[in-house]
Amino acid sequence: MTSKLKAIPVSAWLGLTIVTLNLLVFLLGPMLAPYGMNEIVGAPFDPPSSQFWFGLDQNGRDMFSRLLAGAQMSIGVSLAASLISFSIGIPLGFVAALFGGWVDTVLSRIVDTVMCIPVLISALVVLQALGSSVPVLIFTIALLDSTRVFRLARVVAQGISVLEYAETARLRGESMGWLITREILPNALPPLIAEFGMRFCFTFLFVAGLSFLGLGIQPPFADWGGMVKDNQQAILYGLYAPLFPAAAIALLTIGVNLVVDWLLNAAGTTQGADR
Amino acid sequence: MSNVLTIRGLKVAAPNGNLLVDGIDLDLAPGEVLGLIGESGAGKSTIGLAAMGYGRGGCRIVGGTIDIGGTSLMEGTRANRENMRGARIAYVAQSAAAAFNPAIRIGEQIVEGALYHGKMTRPQAEAWKLELLKTLQLPNPETFGERYPHQVSGGQLQRAMVAMAMSCRPDIIVLDEPTTALDVTTQIEVLALLRSLIQRYNTSALYITHDLAVVAQIANRIMVLRHGKMVEEGTAEQVLEAPREDYTRMLVAERQGNLSGAIASHSVGDVLLDVSSVHAYYGKTPVLDDISCNLRRGETLAVVGESGSGKSTLARAIAGLLPTSAGMVSFDGRRLDRSYKHRSKEELRRIQLVYQLPDVALNPRQTVGEIIGRPMKFYFGMHDVPKAKEVSRLLDLIGLPQDFATRLPGALSGGQKQRVCIARALAAKPDLIICDEVTSALDPLVAEDILKLLKSLQQELGLSYLFITHDLGVVRRLADRTLVMRRGRIVEQGPTAEIFQPPFHPYTEELVTSVPELRRDWLDDVLAKRQVTA
Repeated sequence: MTSKLKAIPVSAWLGLTIVTLNLLVFLLGPMLAPYGMNEIVGAPFDPPSSQFWFGLDQNGRDMFSRLLAGAQMSIGVSLAASLISFSIGIPLGFVAALFGGWVDTVLSRIVDTVMCIPVLISALVVLQALGSSVPVLIFTIALLDSTRVFRLARVVAQGISVLEYAETARLRGESMGWLITREILPNALPPLIAEFGMRFCFTFLFVAGLSFLGLGIQPPFADWGGMVKDNQQAILYGLYAPLFPAAAIALLTIGVNLVVDWLLNAAGTTQGADR
Repeated sequence: MSNVLTIRGLKVAAPNGNLLVDGIDLDLAPGEVLGLIGESGAGKSTIGLAAMGYGRGGCRIVGGTIDIGGTSLMEGTRANRENMRGARIAYVAQSAAAAFNPAIRIGEQIVEGALYHGKMTRPQAEAWKLELLKTLQLPNPETFGERYPHQVSGGQLQRAMVAMAMSCRPDIIVLDEPTTALDVTTQIEVLALLRSLIQRYNTSALYITHDLAVVAQIANRIMVLRHGKMVEEGTAEQVLEAPREDYTRMLVAERQGNLSGAIASHSVGDVLLDVSSVHAYYGKTPVLDDISCNLRRGETLAVVGESGSGKSTLARAIAGLLPTSAGMVSFDGRRLDRSYKHRSKEELRRIQLVYQLPDVALNPRQTVGEIIGRPMKFYFGMHDVPKAKEVSRLLDLIGLPQDFATRLPGALSGGQKQRVCIARALAAKPDLIICDEVTSALDPLVAEDILKLLKSLQQELGLSYLFITHDLGVVRRLADRTLVMRRGRIVEQGPTAEIFQPPFHPYTEELVTSVPELRRDWLDDVLAKRQVTA
């Protein structure tokens, strides 16, 4: 066990630390916050001090407390959206690859149609029509993202299903369920995990972007993207305020990617360099 | 005369620190051909690349000296080494298709080296290219260079790569299995041309191969390698005729046995598989044209032919993987559906397939026990203890230790993986096993063991084999009857003994005489004979 721990590279430790920290904040954030999320504690844009570590925002609320509280919304929405998009995209992608023929054609053309409209535009239309609430937000992002997951899952499964071991299973008369869960999925995991890391980060930035446009998470809830938007004018006056939520987003993105890189490398070595 | 290449105490390490090549000394005189022989993992390619100061895939040269014509390769700078590569020492790889840039014309790629190194002006390089193409007997040498790599055949591309390597008139040429990927009939041409080219320009060569008979035709000296160490070295005659070491003797004996093996013969039962006038197409291209054959219980039918002959396609048609467009396949008196999808579980169980590449035939995420146990559970509903017992019985049968059941395929060698594939087929208790080139990806000695295993299994269990192969030595030892195919058609079929005895069918004769023999004068004999008939 200790040798396994030692084999983890420094970059992965860094990534794991960042991700764990973020998860802790995600779980305990509001409890750790020294002030209330919407509590006005001073003048707008007060600079960082020993009392308010990250300074105050445009309404005079404590930036540090809002960051801790906002983690719940930002990370929660991204995580939920990514998980849902993967649970839609992977099964559909595998089914399209294994059945081929008209099943593949129908699914792929639907996905193509959705993909040819820019994601932001589709999201704006849906959110305008249905009104922006957290569940609508999550499902909109998940559905739009699942098209990309579908594409990847389909092409990976196609690659695996022509290999001899998958062919052997088909020749044995195995069911679709066995093929998907036992032959394809375990071998498709490395690229899918990598994609999950990427998707999570993109979703995170996408939520941030929507919030920035005012269609994401609605006030009074704090979220990191919204906080960048709300404090943007401070940049003009040379104030720090929007840099803190921006840095939080960047940090988590980097952390997740470090962990994913490490997972992929580890998977690569156990598979051997045969192919 | 001084050596063109001197290597002393060469050590090459893999990225994980393991030594791939351990203390090799090597000398190469001008115009001399040194054959490097060994199984996969012997370090022969690594030595070939190290001679150019290069390590593939993160391998590093960690010790020893390499000296080319008086210049040390190890002490120079990277730029120095790059100047030597291509100019003084050149490399010919096994797969020509992977060595050429598919988007650039062949001729341009041939002259590139000479121009890059500033050895020749363009007119000079073009003239030299033309001479090389003529020497290598490529069709229409004047216009051959205008083609793209995909527009020429595999044998031609391999010859073009030799021309590319010779473009700077190097002192040394490293030939890394240059004929292994070619069909036997093509191999003979390339081999003859290589030899005349080397003699004509007095080029020294390192000839890397696993086939003793090939190296016997071309090398002056032979070095036998195993696990990165030298086993023995000597003149070609000495190594082939009077090997000193046991390992070399084994290699020589295996290669000789390959040609003079007794023809198998044993009792057979009634007709199990009957293929009658089967036709199949890939798109609109016919790949099987009116194939009829049958296979009796307990019998081995070999299907031989070169690549593109349709022998694997026949196997896939019988297995139902490639639906036939006309004709009928019957098994044990009952007609089989064209596609495996419409065959019953019982019909699927009775025909099992073993593939050429064991690496991709085993799911890397399932243990050996799971892989072998699955057919038992799937077909016979076996669980827990009976299944575990049966798995351990099969492991015994195929000659693998019991603790292999918990291992993943990644931890097994090629031969062991192929044994697991055979065990998986046996677990279904089949009547017929289709063996598709099951030994061609394995080293000779390992392949030998697999063939012995298959033979003893047949005697024990009364299995029938449909044996797809291009290796005539295998056919002679294993097959009761043989079917020779060419371009999707049957050339001839009959008892193996009759097929391989005069009078030959002309195509069968070409195949038989193209298989290299261990005699040093074999190539000259064959070429002389063909000259006469032509």
